[in-house]
Amino acid sequence: MTPGATSGPASGQPEAGHPEPPRQGSQPEPGCDVPLLRLRGVSKSYGAVQANRGVDLTVMPGSIHAILGENGAGKSTLMKMIYGVEAPDAGQIEWNGAPVALTSPSEAGRLGIGMVFQHFSLFDTLTVLENVALVVPGSPRRLAARIATLGRDYGLQVDATEYVGALSVGERQRVEILRCLMQDPRLLILDEPTAVLPPQMVTRLFSTLRVLRDRGVSILFISHKLDEIRELCDAATVLRDGQVTGHADPRDTDTRSLTRMMIGRDLPPALPAEPGGAEGAVQLQLSQLDWTNPDPYAPDLRGIDLKLRGHEIVGIAGISGNGQSELCALISGETRLPTRAAGAIALRGQSVGAMGAAGRRALGLAYVPEERLGHGAVPEMTLWQNALLTAQSRGLTRRGMVDRRAALRFAQDCIAGFDVRTAGPEAEAGSLSGGNLQKFVVGREIMLAPSVLLVEQPTWGVDVAAAAEIRRRLIEMRNAGCAILVISEELDELFEICDRLHVLHDGRLSPSLVTARTTPEEVGEWMIGAGRPDAAPAGKGGGTGPARPGSSGTNADRPDTARPDSARPAPSHPDRSDPAAEGPGAGAASEGSDHAV
Amino acid sequence: MRFELIRRDRASLEMALMAPVLALLAAGLVSWALFAAMGVPAGRALWTIAATPFSTWYDFSEVLVKTAPLLLIAQGLAIGFRARVFNIGAEGQLLIGAICASAIPVLLPSAGSPLLWVAMMALGMVGGAAWAAIAAFWRTRLNANEILVTLMLSLIAAQILTYLLLGPWKDPMGMNFPQTRMFQPGALLPGLLPGTRVNLSLLFGVAATIAAYVFMQRSVTGFRLIVTGTAPRAAGYAGVSAARGVWLSLLISGAAAGLAGAAEVAGPLGQLQRSISQGYGFAAIIVAYLGGLHPVGIAVSSLVMSAIYIGGDNAMVFADLPQSAVLVVQGLLLTFYLIAATFVRYRIAWTGTARA
Amino acid sequence: MSPLEFILAGTLAAATPLMLAALGELVVERSGVLNLGVEGMMALGAAVAFIVAYQTGGHGLAFVAGAGAGMAAALVFAVPVLGFRANQVAAGLALGILAGGLSAMVGRPYESLTIRSLPKLDIPVLSDLPYVGGVLTQDIAVWATLAMAVAMAWVFRSTRLGWRIRAVGENPHAARAIGTPVLRLRLACIAFGGALAGMGGAYAATVYTPLWADGMIAGRGWIAVALVVFGTWRTGRVALGAILFGALSIGELVVQATGVRIPSQALAALPYVATIIVLAVISSNRMLTRRHSVASLGEPFDP
Repeated sequence: MTPGATSGPASGQPEAGHPEPPRQGSQPEPGCDVPLLRLRGVSKSYGAVQANRGVDLTVMPGSIHAILGENGAGKSTLMKMIYGVEAPDAGQIEWNGAPVALTSPSEAGRLGIGMVFQHFSLFDTLTVLENVALVVPGSPRRLAARIATLGRDYGLQVDATEYVGALSVGERQRVEILRCLMQDPRLLILDEPTAVLPPQMVTRLFSTLRVLRDRGVSILFISHKLDEIRELCDAATVLRDGQVTGHADPRDTDTRSLTRMMIGRDLPPALPAEPGGAEGAVQLQLSQLDWTNPDPYAPDLRGIDLKLRGHEIVGIAGISGNGQSELCALISGETRLPTRAAGAIALRGQSVGAMGAAGRRALGLAYVPEERLGHGAVPEMTLWQNALLTAQSRGLTRRGMVDRRAALRFAQDCIAGFDVRTAGPEAEAGSLSGGNLQKFVVGREIMLAPSVLLVEQPTWGVDVAAAAEIRRRLIEMRNAGCAILVISEELDELFEICDRLHVLHDGRLSPSLVTARTTPEEVGEWMIGAGRPDAAPAGKGGGTGPARPGSSGTNADRPDTARPDSARPAPSHPDRSDPAAEGPGAGAASEGSDHAV
Repeated sequence: MRFELIRRDRASLEMALMAPVLALLAAGLVSWALFAAMGVPAGRALWTIAATPFSTWYDFSEVLVKTAPLLLIAQGLAIGFRARVFNIGAEGQLLIGAICASAIPVLLPSAGSPLLWVAMMALGMVGGAAWAAIAAFWRTRLNANEILVTLMLSLIAAQILTYLLLGPWKDPMGMNFPQTRMFQPGALLPGLLPGTRVNLSLLFGVAATIAAYVFMQRSVTGFRLIVTGTAPRAAGYAGVSAARGVWLSLLISGAAAGLAGAAEVAGPLGQLQRSISQGYGFAAIIVAYLGGLHPVGIAVSSLVMSAIYIGGDNAMVFADLPQSAVLVVQGLLLTFYLIAATFVRYRIAWTGTARA
Repeated sequence: MSPLEFILAGTLAAATPLMLAALGELVVERSGVLNLGVEGMMALGAAVAFIVAYQTGGHGLAFVAGAGAGMAAALVFAVPVLGFRANQVAAGLALGILAGGLSAMVGRPYESLTIRSLPKLDIPVLSDLPYVGGVLTQDIAVWATLAMAVAMAWVFRSTRLGWRIRAVGENPHAARAIGTPVLRLRLACIAFGGALAGMGGAYAATVYTPLWADGMIAGRGWIAVALVVFGTWRTGRVALGAILFGALSIGELVVQATGVRIPSQALAALPYVATIIVLAVISSNRMLTRRHSVASLGEPFDP
């Protein structure tokens, strides 16, 4: 393969023969040598940040094309330009060989480009049908009929009358994909679609995508997970720091060279996962923790039992939205229990359920939340002020007044000790990149020398090197005796650093699984609630449920989705009529309806 | 003509200083156009507003008289605004403070102590704080929006004042005017500058400015309040109680407004009347924003706003400008300030036609 | 006429200015924008409508002028809020002060003048029924306002326009991502809200009490803002809340007429006290408010 295609600002450079011709599986249309989508020298910057620089990309018809790159490599910006959300500063986009100006998502939609966002662009308070109708023309009755047929065709069944707020993450993704398909796209963009799915559901998604490919829809698949790309895609374009570092066929490129293209060197070696030797004392204990969620669309917590000892890292796996943020708020003290239930949470032997966050911090708890901006740090404040946020007890105040010099020193130590790239302690937190701010927040909490450390999504949005560094620090803390609870959606990460695992699903916590003796598949079963003896979806009681039709469910997967259906046959019906023929699509979408049957 | 706002890496100090100036210029320009369109001699009116407050010592001393309540109230309000607690009912807290303070001379007309005014100030503060405390309770315990509650409370306070002045507290010798008897000397604030109406209340304002500076810019409690306002989730994360922030904000701003009301009746007026406030409670909101919610900025903006009041009074006499014109200028000033203040955090980028 | 009949007959007319303004504010808030300047927009609408009615004698033209004035005022609010991401609370207060001042300025030559009101429509048979006859004898604007409430409920429930507004209010970023012109839609909602507030003012000054006096809106704009909270952002409940407050203000007149010795100031303060109490009752039910409130309300949209 030829890595290092054009990476300079030279935009119009002729470049031929890069893309792989579509392989077996895709039935090439006549004239398939004309690329469906072609980007030449596309650049985009936000202020001083150059998100994309001279990007070239060629997507052939009937291909599943991967965009590979780590966090912050510029994948999302690139997709936004292809979908017309952002306009490029320089460069050209060609569609079917002709230059186009993608000025808005509706323009992209007219051409036949559909996009499934990572954070879905769906609306909780509208029904599935209403969400679809926001984008797709046609009478509601016809739309409902099309949702049903397309759902059957592609294995994307959903109830059109259900409120989206009551759907599971997997179902929401199906709604998003359905909504795109109803516009008869020629190109479907999926932004990190597997990030929100348990392993079993990934298989099901891939089947759907292959059916689509076989019917002539090209797919742009954005991911940083190499295994998935090697399994699904027939072409790949790799991005690093906003530039293309290579084009490859992932089916015959090994993981190591893909990694080198993606991060510029070899992956740091996985950490020696020697288990915490000493058996520490119980530092944090949850006993039959129950909590009724005031948010009608979020799950209640029921009967949660957990023991966290010193010298160990315990992970909580699960798809977000199953009670993770609620559990964190209860442990950190941002949400308090009523006094009579205070015993459900014990921190270092003391009942703290009714105690506020400050009191629990004084007892030795530190916390790194998932959201950095506005939760773990105040973007409008300087780093030394952000140090003051939780490190007041470390001598940063004197007689009720802020000791600015001490706070500056603390922030400076944190910046130096955790390799935070910034202008200095006077820089505003909001001006730091996501990864650097995460290092600052993690560093600040570690510098508090806690006995119990709660960490949510420790490496979310952080580049590979920084992520490895954060994991190393956590293991160091554990070896020094700290009790660490990690809540993460990244199974790989949990398997790498945790001694034990729990899985949170629909507000219930699985029993403890010893990492060394369990498998991702077993964890995956718990993630969709199949591991539980009473696997039936336990919705909220009618008393707390909202007064909406069919909203009794929470984020529980429907029974049909709860089936670990890796063995389920791909719902392909090659003899069926093309989905485009189902409805006229009211003219606007007719351009993309000429694909193969 | 399209533009994009691009977030700056850090707040621009130059823009923070320029914003009020630009707002004043723009508000002046638009007022001129509006007044001219309404047939008012706009040029003369605006010139009167801008120049006369500083032309004579007497006018300037009157500016200082009006600065006192504006400064006091705005310093209190700004603390709440930075914590995103929107007390917009300072007008009502001022009225209640004035009523509470007046209770002493009205109910004890023969009390002869020369320090009666001390008790009046204390009572005014307590009254204003108590009136605001209703909103704090409603917000923290009943989850009710403090904007609506404080506003409703000030409408109620106005009715209470009218009731007292037409009924039980009316001066029997007052020829049926809705006002109380004139207070005895001990119930009046000592003067500050001989020959003018400037009195001790200006010093209250200065003291409030210093206290607000230390509290908001230096103390841990002030820091926490600012965190509550800028990033409420981060405040919860750091263990800052939101309810405590609401109580503190409302009690401080209520007490400041109550003190301002007490100082008005014990100062320039010498009695409780219907018109004790010329909309100071609302004008102070503008003063707080125009001063960038910063104690030092507010000290300057309260002078400016007070000058607009005095200039407006003069323009009423010399240019036949209706009194409500001052409200128009105030509203424009805040609107333009809000636009200009955006550039503290954002810069503008012109993007002709986005088709490329 | 018994007091009860009097209350029944007068309630709808008293409720109409409130309902118009509250429905307008509802649309604005549903799109995610909080406009606290309703009081000012109503006052300006009232002043302009009164002037037009006084000069031309036509109520239709007066309503159009009132709506236009309210809309123009709302656009003054839209510039800082939509164009420059300004704090919506402060911008709303600025609008309230500005429009209130303008109304006093333009209305000054007309202070305390009066005009003719709109005639009540006699509906054959129905208007002669006992008790409800009075309720059914109303002027055209009352019926139009009620029809507006019904139409608005339908728009929010069953039309793409309504869904689009709800989507923008819930999550403007997602709405933009699927191609909804967030700012343009919000601009339209703000303008519509201003027009309704202006019409509410027009009704108050040219029909309900056909005279102009500075300060005649007397807190009704603020009550309208509160009504949106009472109605938990749902059209039917907002309209019902307006009717309840209409009944309250008529009840006040009845009490005064019966000569019970209550200071008139206590009666004047009654709607404000009621607002504070009802706010507490509705808001303390956190489940109710959280379920129906608009997720992005008051937050500037930063694309």
